[in-house]
Amino acid sequence: MRDRAAALLLCAVLAPAHARTADAALDHRVQRVTEELRCLVCQNQTIADSHAELAVMLKHQVRDMLARGATEREAVDFMVQRYGDFVLYRPPVKAATWLLWFGPFGLLLAGLGLLFARLRARQHDIESDAPDEELPA
Amino acid sequence: MIPELGNLALVLALCMAILQGTLPLAGSLTGNARWVALARPVAVGQALFVTFAFAVLVHAFAVNDFSVAYVAANSNTALPLVYRITATWGGHEGSLLLWVQTLALWTIAVAAFSRQLPRATTARVLAVLGLVAVGFLCFMLFTSNPFDRALPAPPDGRDLNPLLQDVGMIVHPPLLYMGYVGFSVAFAFAIAALVGGQLDAAWARWARPWTLVAWTFLTLGIFLGSFWAYYELGWGGWWFWDAVENASFMPWLVGAALIHSLAVTEKRGAFRNWTVLLAILAFSLSLLGTFLVRSGVLTSVHAFASDPRRGLFILVFLAIVIGGSLALYAWRAPTIGLGGRFALFSRESLLLVNNVLLLVAAATVLLGTLYPLFLDALGGGKISVGPPYFETVFVPLMIPVLVLIAVGPFVPWKNGSLRDVAVRLRPAALLAAVLGAAAFLVLHVTLAVALGLLLAAWTLIATAQHLVRNLLHAPHGTPLVARATRQGAAWWGMVVAHAGVGIFVIGVTLVKGTETADDVSLRVGATASAGDYLFKFESLEKIRASNYVGARGTFTVTRGGERVATLYPEKRFYTVQQMPTTEAAIDRGFARDLYVSLGELTKDGTWIVRVQHKPFMGWIWAGALVIAAGGLLAAIDRRYRSRRVPAADAARAVPDIAIPVPSTSRSV
Amino acid sequence: MKRYAIPLGIFAVLLVFLGVGLRLKPQEVPSPFIGKPAPAFTLARLDAADRTFSPQEMRGKVWLFNVWASWCTSCRAEHPVLVDFAKQATVPIVGLNYMDTRDEGGQWLSKFGNPYALSVFDADGKVGTDYGVYGVPETFVIDRQGKIRLKLTGPVTPEIIQKTLLPLIRELSHA
Repeated sequence: MRDRAAALLLCAVLAPAHARTADAALDHRVQRVTEELRCLVCQNQTIADSHAELAVMLKHQVRDMLARGATEREAVDFMVQRYGDFVLYRPPVKAATWLLWFGPFGLLLAGLGLLFARLRARQHDIESDAPDEELPA
Repeated sequence: MIPELGNLALVLALCMAILQGTLPLAGSLTGNARWVALARPVAVGQALFVTFAFAVLVHAFAVNDFSVAYVAANSNTALPLVYRITATWGGHEGSLLLWVQTLALWTIAVAAFSRQLPRATTARVLAVLGLVAVGFLCFMLFTSNPFDRALPAPPDGRDLNPLLQDVGMIVHPPLLYMGYVGFSVAFAFAIAALVGGQLDAAWARWARPWTLVAWTFLTLGIFLGSFWAYYELGWGGWWFWDAVENASFMPWLVGAALIHSLAVTEKRGAFRNWTVLLAILAFSLSLLGTFLVRSGVLTSVHAFASDPRRGLFILVFLAIVIGGSLALYAWRAPTIGLGGRFALFSRESLLLVNNVLLLVAAATVLLGTLYPLFLDALGGGKISVGPPYFETVFVPLMIPVLVLIAVGPFVPWKNGSLRDVAVRLRPAALLAAVLGAAAFLVLHVTLAVALGLLLAAWTLIATAQHLVRNLLHAPHGTPLVARATRQGAAWWGMVVAHAGVGIFVIGVTLVKGTETADDVSLRVGATASAGDYLFKFESLEKIRASNYVGARGTFTVTRGGERVATLYPEKRFYTVQQMPTTEAAIDRGFARDLYVSLGELTKDGTWIVRVQHKPFMGWIWAGALVIAAGGLLAAIDRRYRSRRVPAADAARAVPDIAIPVPSTSRSV
Repeated sequence: MKRYAIPLGIFAVLLVFLGVGLRLKPQEVPSPFIGKPAPAFTLARLDAADRTFSPQEMRGKVWLFNVWASWCTSCRAEHPVLVDFAKQATVPIVGLNYMDTRDEGGQWLSKFGNPYALSVFDADGKVGTDYGVYGVPETFVIDRQGKIRLKLTGPVTPEIIQKTLLPLIRELSHA
């Protein structure tokens, strides 16, 4: 009997701590989702950062959804269904955005490749009449 | 009456700018020495008229002349004097005048410090600066005149945007503009070289200090913008990849590439075409930035004006300046020679790789910034491209840059041995790897953070190794001071700037990777925590100042029971514009920042408060400042300050003016 | 030597895009619901809390769904236009009282006129979110099959009524 009371007491003491960590984990997930979403009434802010009423309201909605068991993916999709791709700060990877996502890497390869080819070609250009220009220090 | 004088001054400046932009240029091509000689006095005259106009606008703000529409829109009798003056550049029209004023300053500087240049070159450079001035002066006079009257004059003004009523506002725009506009000098040098067909190592030596100073200013301007946003906007962010931020970052990246490219052209006469193109690009991006933030094509917290009509004017201006210079480049570049030879593995090659990397980075930022516009224009719908994109794409691009930043200084000019360099750098690489692994295994940071720390360590260790090696490499018995000075300021600039990059990377890596935040609803007496710091909401008091009312909270921060700091975040409500601002309270430390900001007061009487713990935040600012210091050091190197024309230059500076003139004589 | 003209070529393309960009409106968020069924809901009416309304009830009719609130100043500007429009009895307007209180919503209507066949009360904004509402006022045009055909953000002006709404309503009514 005493053990049970002690156990209950222990649970009561530990419960808020447990709720705290569960809350922190939920907060973390809410933060992750809302950092990816654009505040539609602001000039250029995430829902996570914005204090606009719409943003606060949507943040609560995301929180509710995640608390009820939705995945982060589902929460984001919920917003996209209603507001379109514009609400995503990470543009979806689809045919229209291939250039955006793969362009930089492609450009890097092309740039380095071109450079390498030009430098190689240059090795064969003999500049017999252009002396190396070294300015006195 | 006085504002009309300001307007008149702008008109006169425009007239002189037209003269400045045409006669000396024509004269340098036809051999008309009188027209060439006009360059300096006309340029200085134009600059003085602009300065007068600027002073008139400042005066109008200082005396609260609300009959001037721009003053009425951006000021108020309750605004403190210092902010009334800085409000001069608080809006679209005034910031344009600041732009032109900055151009005037650079013009005077070029006119004063160009004695050792051939007169034809000076004439061309000043002429190009004059043409740029023509564009901006026309833009102002025809679409955005700061001296337009508002009659009858309103009894009071609409006040300066509360976010701008801050110290940051006093310094951020002027520094930033010094950078943007400063690139016009390098641009002018490039155009002058293309026009004259004269592009050699001497040209690079002339252009380099101007570029370095401009780039240093831009570094400081961007740093200040970020620093200011950090404490002013209230949510702890400091870089958002916003369109306007990107508009300043792109010229910075290209400017960095330009500085490195100029080093090669100066030392070895190589890359001439490429350097010229970079100079054109850097300034073009400055101009593009001006367009983006004033035309309404992109949304930004920072956009000045959203007027498509003004946007069209700037677009036409862009077409003329950038299109014209690129056309000139396409026409004249083939006539410029190749320059010195160098092997596949040499410092020249590595600097070219640096250029490719920095340019791809700038292109990436441009792509991300403009992509929503591209897609919308093509009917592909509306998307947003924000920090998640930029961070995913940009950060990996920086990895090769950080690897090479350490390697470059070790590779000799003309011809280097990969094996030798690898052997020399092996200890540094190993040490950096050990440190990275230690961070991962012992401190349990994420892999990304460990990688960032590894790269930063690599940069710092290799740079330090290079530093020590060069200092040691001197005749036995040389005192340390002599060892230091014989390297030259430019070398020190490189070492310092590269070290600054390392420091910056440490800051960014640790802040982004390990910061903690908490957004909570608090009543007075409650606590919140971030990291191992506890923030207690002690009290709240009402505050009042000349143009705002608000609330100030008192927070005590403890760690392990020990008091660390007391912070006073404020929430202000500016009464004229009816706008709230958040004044965050920050405790800055060597190894961390503690950040508290008040959000809103909710209906049930609690405050939404955000508390943050940001490890090594200060290293971001320190890194940026060290980089700027490096740029400045490089600019003041003795070889740029020499007034004598080196014999080699004199012979090569073939005067394309018919009248033979000794190149060392003073003109005008 | 053509490669020296490449930068110029790239710039020319960029210039064209920037020129087109001047005519676009980057702030406007297009609705993903155009052509799709209007999201279903059941909400209490503003005037009678015990009665409800669903968009289902409007099947077979072309109607307007207008989002408004008593705290919204642009709605105040738009309101007389809607009141006039309602007088012409072209199509019914259903109001969505968005994130308001019953008292303030009701008072606002009695003070400024009521163009709505009825208004529903969306206290927490959930239905608004389901429709992708992000600013007030917004107006949806819904057709006989219950599909959203147009979304207008911002106040309805007489010009918008003449140029956009009436032609669309005419087209939908004859479908």
